[in-house]
Amino acid sequence: MSALSQAGPRPLLEVQGVSVRFGALLALNRVSLQIGRGEIVAIIGPNGAGKTTLLNVISGFYHPYEGRIAFEGRERTRLAPPDVAALGIARTFQNVALFKGMTVLDNIMTGRLLKMRGSFLLEAVYWGPARRQELEHRAFVERIIDFLEIQAIRKTPAGRLPYGLQKRVELARALAAEPTLLLLDEPMAGMNVEEKEDMCRFVLDVNSEFDTTIALIEHDMGVVMDISDRVAVLDYGQKIADGPPEQVRKDQGVLDAYLGVSHE
Amino acid sequence: MIYREAGQFKTTYASDQAVFPIAQDRVVVGLAVVAAFVAPPLLADEYWLQAVLIPLLVYALAALGLNLLTGYAGQLSLGTGGFMAVGAYAAFKLTTAFPQLNIILVFLLSGVVAAAVGLVFGVPSLRIKGFYLAVATLAAQFFLIWLFNKVPWFVNYAASGTITAPPRSVFGVMVAGPTATSQARYVTALALVAVGAIVAKNLVRGRVGRSWMAIRDRDIAAEIIGVRPLRTKLLAFGISSFYCGVAGAELVFLYLGSAETLAFDISLSFLVLFMVIIGGLGSILGSFLGAAFIVLVPIFLTNAPHLVGLVLPVALQKEMELMVFGGLIIFFLIVEPNGLARLWQITKEKLRLWPFPH
Amino acid sequence: MSEIVYGVLVAPFRDMAGSPGFLAEVVIGGVFAGLLYSLVALGFVLIFKASGVFNFAQGVMVLFAALTLVGLLERGLPVVVALALTAAVMVALAFAIERIVLRPLVNQEHIILFMATIGLNFFLEGFGEMLWGANVKKLDVGIPDRSFMMGSIQVNQLELFAALTAAVLVAVLAVFFHGTRIGRALRAVADDHEAALSIGIPLKTIWVIVWSVAGIVAMVAGIMWGAKSGVQFSLSLIALKSLPVLILGGFTSVPGAIVGGLIVGVGEKLGEVYWGPLVGGAIENWFAYVVALAFLLFRPQGLFGEKIIERV
Repeated sequence: MSALSQAGPRPLLEVQGVSVRFGALLALNRVSLQIGRGEIVAIIGPNGAGKTTLLNVISGFYHPYEGRIAFEGRERTRLAPPDVAALGIARTFQNVALFKGMTVLDNIMTGRLLKMRGSFLLEAVYWGPARRQELEHRAFVERIIDFLEIQAIRKTPAGRLPYGLQKRVELARALAAEPTLLLLDEPMAGMNVEEKEDMCRFVLDVNSEFDTTIALIEHDMGVVMDISDRVAVLDYGQKIADGPPEQVRKDQGVLDAYLGVSHE
Repeated sequence: MIYREAGQFKTTYASDQAVFPIAQDRVVVGLAVVAAFVAPPLLADEYWLQAVLIPLLVYALAALGLNLLTGYAGQLSLGTGGFMAVGAYAAFKLTTAFPQLNIILVFLLSGVVAAAVGLVFGVPSLRIKGFYLAVATLAAQFFLIWLFNKVPWFVNYAASGTITAPPRSVFGVMVAGPTATSQARYVTALALVAVGAIVAKNLVRGRVGRSWMAIRDRDIAAEIIGVRPLRTKLLAFGISSFYCGVAGAELVFLYLGSAETLAFDISLSFLVLFMVIIGGLGSILGSFLGAAFIVLVPIFLTNAPHLVGLVLPVALQKEMELMVFGGLIIFFLIVEPNGLARLWQITKEKLRLWPFPH
Repeated sequence: MSEIVYGVLVAPFRDMAGSPGFLAEVVIGGVFAGLLYSLVALGFVLIFKASGVFNFAQGVMVLFAALTLVGLLERGLPVVVALALTAAVMVALAFAIERIVLRPLVNQEHIILFMATIGLNFFLEGFGEMLWGANVKKLDVGIPDRSFMMGSIQVNQLELFAALTAAVLVAVLAVFFHGTRIGRALRAVADDHEAALSIGIPLKTIWVIVWSVAGIVAMVAGIMWGAKSGVQFSLSLIALKSLPVLILGGFTSVPGAIVGGLIVGVGEKLGEVYWGPLVGGAIENWFAYVVALAFLLFRPQGLFGEKIIERV
């Protein structure tokens, strides 16, 4: 049972009037979105609507030219990506961005980087504090590996995995950071029905067991209706709907956008 | 089956993380290391020590350094010669100014100097990637060599423009200078590169190595999961230049005896790059294999024609060397871009299964 | 301290203004050197534009072409025949490179291809030397190395001829790339090998064409350099010098290669003559690279290159 927060405590993430432009192309046009602690919010919309751009702005990869973003009540519009990660926001990518030259285990361990302390000199010596820390983090990562049921492939180089498993490893890497907010960019893309069911289960478990707030971009309407608390719809860089799944599915503007009714 | 890992179960993460998880590996490597320290000084003749083994160890250290920077962190560098020169000249200045300082300490300090220079030339790497970074490192290479040529202070105002290793000893044994035996120099070089390899291995299997490889494989994603690119890249430049600096000092003190800037020019940078490519980018073992390969091929080319009764003029030999090097680079890149180290790994895997095919 | 400031910021300009005739000669010398850098850089740009490969061996191709030409001339062939044969050799070389190096590496990352061209560089160096010998050779293509006076400035006939040739070559190539069907196909290939293949562009043919053209450009560059300073090994080091040219001009721009070459050529000469004595001379060795480096920090794509937008 996800922990919904209505009005009352401050939302976890506030995006207010954010606009992003690439040259002459306005990718996001005054988009506002609020995500409450413990919610699962789906972001949907036709291709090119600006959904990934929205996630990229939240991640700090793009900086908006207007608008503001606040996380846990604190202003953080123009942070660099590593700083955003340090705040407790983790994400997965549309085209899986695993580190192909490393094993699955090492990939997930990179998710722990922010939690690892100590200078490189300690690492150079290894025996002592560096080793202890390494083993501690290994133990934590193994729990995530158990949770996502990928024990068999932990020593496989990530580049050799089939697509569905790569997506799962990417999720593991994001979870390894113990994020407060998890951004998922099409986590079910390219999966068959069984894999999607597994992934849905993982997403729901992450939300309920670890209290992680989740925002996901998804095209599969069935998934969206099933697991999200709220749905936000983007089209041509603007938000055209925002509310519980049942309400959004009946919204005329949303239907127009998907069916391709022309508008300026 | 030459040896198997079946039946060897790991019960702790610690044993799983070990560098040599298979017991047989540990024994073999241990014996090999002991043999390396003991056998050549007792058995090898002067030629083998002076012309093959010592340069192999010196180049291996430089190749380790470049491999950390280019193979693990993905920052292409053509400035290796320049950084080695910094180490060599720094060592020369330090030891002539403070003759009582232990020469090993001098080597390490000159490594630190080289690391500082490496950091400076690594700063552009935040904005510049790939080939462009190679050009920036070329700027380092050409500028540093010009600097050492132009400023006579670096050679203590010697008219010849060369630096010469003065006699120095460690624990009472001469390791540098005219009276140092090749055995002593061999053992010193071996000790230094062994420590270097251990430290490098420790770095690459932990947090530092993972952040380097993350930057190498997908730097944007790395940033988004929290890797700080400038810090990570600068660390790579610094540590790599440290290794190259120590190797440069070794080149003069333990191998050549004396040198001028020509010894550190752009062709040295390419030579070390070849060692790393052929040996295997992103592999500690590869650095050694590549260095061995580059040292042995010219010797083979010199002697092979004699073995089949041909006598080749020197110029032709040099030309054939170039052609063979070039051809082998292309060959390796086509057949096994991951170099000798990967071929070795595949061989080991096949040996574990042999005579079964899979 | 103020001496240094004076020496760097004031004296050189005062010297320049003091004898404008000499300044003009230095600049012209720089223009000539720059044009030759541009010619070599042009070869780079062609190959990079059309196949995405950074051909480190371009400089050695210049040397190889020049060596072949001289070798043929020494054997008594008339100039025109020798030129035609050398061009044919460069085309054959392009075929060989495509078959042996490019085709097996077609899907690899660019850095692997770059390293393969480093290997090619060394191979051709050894091969060229083996075929034609390592001595410095004089190259005579029938244009006298004489100077004449234009107003009060001395102009070298050979250099003038080289400048005109380079200009014509650039014009021809610019038209080729933007005006013809093949030119368009080349640009498609540079963008995306697989996409180009999937719409039926014959990758192999394109690559052979491009490398042949680059080879001929290398031949022209080789002739110009060789006629001026003799054909010798150091010609292949020109390749390294062309890198700063490419950085200034952008890797994919034909006019950029020209402008970049001129900037580097003139800049180097001016730097050496007017600022060099301050630090003991020979700054030509690194001046271009440091300038390029400074440039990279502020405008990574060069003067004319395309801005790279990274997407996640």
